[in-house]
Amino acid sequence: MSDRIFSVVWLAFCASVAWLAWQIDAPFSYEPIGPRAFPLLLAGAMALSAGWLILKPDREPDWPRGALRAKTIVLLVAFLAYASLFEWLGFPLATTLVTIAVGRLFEGGWKSVIAGGVGLGIGLWYFFDKLLDVTLPLGRLWAGA
Amino acid sequence: MDSLGHLANGFVVAAKPINLLVALLGSFIGTVVGLLPGLGPINGVAILLPIAFAMKLPPETALILLTAVYIGCEYGGRISSILLNIPGDAGALMTALDGYPMAKKGLAGVALSISAWSSFVGSVLATLGLALFAPILAKWALAFGPAEYFVLMVFAICCLAGMVGERPVKTLLSALIGLLLATVGIDSGSGVYRFTFDDVHLSDGIQFIVVVIGLFSVSEMLVMLEQSHAGQVVIKNTGRAMFNLKEMADTWWGTVRSSIIGFVIGVLPGAGATIASAITYMVEKNLTDREGTFGTGDVRGVAAPEAANNAAAHGAFIPMLTLGVPGSGTTAVLVGALTLYNITPGPLLFEQQPDLVWGLIASMFIGNVMLLVMNIPMVGIFARMLHVPSWFLVPAIAAVSFVGVYAVHATTFDLVLMVALGIFGWGLRKLGFPMAPLILGFVLGDMMEQNLRRALSITDGHLGILVQSPVTWVLWTLAAGALAMPLVLRRLKPAGK
Repeated sequence: MSDRIFSVVWLAFCASVAWLAWQIDAPFSYEPIGPRAFPLLLAGAMALSAGWLILKPDREPDWPRGALRAKTIVLLVAFLAYASLFEWLGFPLATTLVTIAVGRLFEGGWKSVIAGGVGLGIGLWYFFDKLLDVTLPLGRLWAGA
Repeated sequence: MDSLGHLANGFVVAAKPINLLVALLGSFIGTVVGLLPGLGPINGVAILLPIAFAMKLPPETALILLTAVYIGCEYGGRISSILLNIPGDAGALMTALDGYPMAKKGLAGVALSISAWSSFVGSVLATLGLALFAPILAKWALAFGPAEYFVLMVFAICCLAGMVGERPVKTLLSALIGLLLATVGIDSGSGVYRFTFDDVHLSDGIQFIVVVIGLFSVSEMLVMLEQSHAGQVVIKNTGRAMFNLKEMADTWWGTVRSSIIGFVIGVLPGAGATIASAITYMVEKNLTDREGTFGTGDVRGVAAPEAANNAAAHGAFIPMLTLGVPGSGTTAVLVGALTLYNITPGPLLFEQQPDLVWGLIASMFIGNVMLLVMNIPMVGIFARMLHVPSWFLVPAIAAVSFVGVYAVHATTFDLVLMVALGIFGWGLRKLGFPMAPLILGFVLGDMMEQNLRRALSITDGHLGILVQSPVTWVLWTLAAGALAMPLVLRRLKPAGK
């Protein structure tokens, strides 16, 4: 069933790719093919593959259920939050918070995840920013605001 | 022998202190990344690539570092296969079949040392093959025109579809998604923007690192969450730490055979270490296992797949360096690395960048000696790393992955896009879509399209050019053969099995 749902969604996606690709227009072109053909070709080939999957789907994969599903969602939210707040909170603080959240998901004790979080946040910042010269944000929250 | 002179020059490059240092560092990191279940060569190389770039390492030094990590992973994967019965990376899957039973019998030290030795033999033989055949192929590839290149890439994708994953149609769809992701951004042929939705972050296209780290690192952590419930006990590294002469003699010819098979499979675009080790294990079982001891802790079953996966990893460099068409997921990431340095791998690489190519080949010899030393006497240090708890490991991987992506453009947009791609990739993986073809498609996308368009503008749009030369005929035939392979293999298998 999941394969079929995916394929139907993907067919719709192929249609929108084809529609967008059709509107690509090169004002000057020195070649017979142009920028439109290749995406259209890909959309067509993907639509054929998706159609095949609708006819012959695989067994249902085991999606996470129960507590594991809740954990997976929490992990996704933690990653999205880490990505969005990376610059705003700054690397040390954001990393400390994400380590505590993710560490708890992987069954670390409170004391150890807090210690690990602070260690990673400060340690990695020092390692990358100071030692390896890879610039990392310290946080806009503290700077001008 | 022109190659010998070049190789000597290569050793001069590889012996520079900075290059020796990064080879040592890379070998160490690679072994660690390889032994940690869940992290494989693709993640390791992908995470380190932006960091190497941000540190402004010169291209040959960066390439030596990343290659050492790649090779190190092929060594490290066996440690967790043997001590934990969980392969540290996909290429070490077969090693667990005999390695873990050996460890349970108290022969962990022998299993670890003989597999390190056969890894070394496989690597060195394959590096010799690389030094011997790559320059010849590069010269030959100079005659390739755009039509030949296009068909070659079709062949690479067909190889993948025929050999990777259980459902060829899903592999194909993965590769197509990768090709489509590569069309985002400014079209180099006409200068128009495609699929950018007028967003300035997309006008340059989707960053390579964002795709790789999203698809591999982020989705891998989601998978690790599901597997974290299964507890496994690490077996103590006991017994003799070194194999004896009899064990070495028993495994010698199997190791050599497996190295050669592994090398050939590695050279094929698309087919990599995982397939090589599976095939050689079967070959050795059929050829030498008269007493039926394979699977119960036979040294030969440990040596063969390890020789093969290392030889395949080295062989994969041949199509990458000579044609610019990577032979494995990890070499696809290395092509991406060279692109960051504005170096296009291809037949001209051997002429234009001899220091880079031969320095790399020479450093493979040096790196493998370092790895042999690290993996026999010092294997205990690595075995201890299997005890790092996942509540610490996963956030650390996350932090380093985010740093890698952030190092390229320093935008929040890239980070969010990476997480979004990671979620998408996780869904695809759950549905049984392999990820390596997606990366290969993404790397090949622009090259494939531009070569097709160039070929067709020669003939003013007639498709005839794609079947005009003998080289294209051969490649089309090979592509059809690769696609038909699974069908043939299914027929050949006896009905009873």
